[in-house]
Amino acid sequence: MTGDDEALLAALLDGDHRALARVISRIEDRAPGHRELVSALYEHAGGAEVIGITGSPGAGKSTLVDKLAERYRERGETVGVIAIDPSSPYTGGAVLGDRIRMASTVGDMDVFVRSMSARGSLGGLSTATADAVKAMDAFGKDRIVVETVGAGQNEIDVVRTADTVAVLVPPGSGDTVQTLKAGILEIADVLVVNKADRPGADRTVQELSEMIELGHGSATGSTGHHGPGSTGHHGVDEDGHHGTDEDGHHGVDEDGHHGTDGAEAWLPPIVETVATDGEGIDELLDAFGAHREHLERSGALADRRRRRYVEEITTLLREDVHGLLEAELDGAGGLEALAESVRRGETDPYTVAADALAPVEECLTELDARSR
Amino acid sequence: MSTEGRQRSIRCLVAKVGLDGHDRGAHVIARAFRDAGFEVIYSGLHKAPEDIVQATVQEDVDVLGISILSGAHNTLIPKVMAGLEEYGAAEDTLVLVGGVIPEEDRDELMEAGVAAVFGPGTPLEETIEFVRENAPER
Repeated sequence: MTGDDEALLAALLDGDHRALARVISRIEDRAPGHRELVSALYEHAGGAEVIGITGSPGAGKSTLVDKLAERYRERGETVGVIAIDPSSPYTGGAVLGDRIRMASTVGDMDVFVRSMSARGSLGGLSTATADAVKAMDAFGKDRIVVETVGAGQNEIDVVRTADTVAVLVPPGSGDTVQTLKAGILEIADVLVVNKADRPGADRTVQELSEMIELGHGSATGSTGHHGPGSTGHHGVDEDGHHGTDEDGHHGVDEDGHHGTDGAEAWLPPIVETVATDGEGIDELLDAFGAHREHLERSGALADRRRRRYVEEITTLLREDVHGLLEAELDGAGGLEALAESVRRGETDPYTVAADALAPVEECLTELDARSR
Repeated sequence: MSTEGRQRSIRCLVAKVGLDGHDRGAHVIARAFRDAGFEVIYSGLHKAPEDIVQATVQEDVDVLGISILSGAHNTLIPKVMAGLEEYGAAEDTLVLVGGVIPEEDRDELMEAGVAAVFGPGTPLEETIEFVRENAPER
């Protein structure tokens, strides 16, 4: 690490807001030396609880995050927020508008809000997000919230940097529920039906709870409890299937919804919120707490973190190998030229890839042979 | 090595400060900056100078563009500049002011640390070009 970077790291650890901001910029820019900087962050990180929030555009994510941050601050905790918006695939430009909703805590430096756009590719965003989380963690933030539009795989990867993932579902849109089926529902640890004062909220809650039970193959005993009669309580109902019951064991009920691997299965609770006036926020925080407790008790936290590091290492390796190959491809006339020869029918993508990789394979075999 | 290849992008905060609800200009600029490939953070309306300072510091923007049409620039801009100074951010943030700024007020703003003032009718290309040429090297 250079002297400048060391000074920057020391300032960050010392609580200098600008240093934290600059470190995150270095991470986003993939600036020279940022890797060493992030490496050095690791030994200072680990204290923060990380929450991921995703959902369709306009679901109310930023407003909800604002209210969460406000509540955390009331409890005396410091907060970091990473808000991710898409960037233009054409110009790379972006308008990052999540800050506008952060009105409750504006002017409070202990809420550090950072807007990020989806620069680069190859899982670069999830790496940058994970690294930025590390920076905020090392800085000493108690709670970190990662917020992103849940549109595709990239975003799903991003929220998986969190220990607990909340998915927001706006009411009254069967279509949304349909799209959720494929991926996003699976990553939800907590489902939030925001704008719960809108018509159709009850129905959305009902549909979601049915889907959760289907997904866990345990429709017995519980189906039907979520009919029109059981709605109206903000995520807390008698059978504890959504919301949070008093002992925090929601999601794991008496008739034994336990996973086959011995770990307790977690059924995502459904919490109803009205983010604009702060309704249901306490219930949501309880649900986060209960999930956290579940993670710790069942050992799933370690699993989850291990899996995340597997992904991070894989992404880094892929980036590095890609970099090496890019140099190789430049030697072969550049990617454009190769693409052109594929277009003309002279070769095909598979041959090009194999040719590019051949020298690398050769080197590795040689190294292997030498080390034996 | 190319893996260390920088993915640098010019970051701008487009800010509305004080009691001034005219945000069309800010929206137009935000959109133009986006199309120019910049990352634009929009502050929203009615922000206090300290809110703008907070956002500038946390977002680590290269460019702070303040849009003012209320006539309160002589009061508000120096407060923003002082706040940036406090956090050590004044030096490497390019501060631009847009909106209705009388000719005779410009010198004072420039003295306070504003890099340029763009009045009504400034072509978007001119502002974008100025940002490209003057965004601080980091």
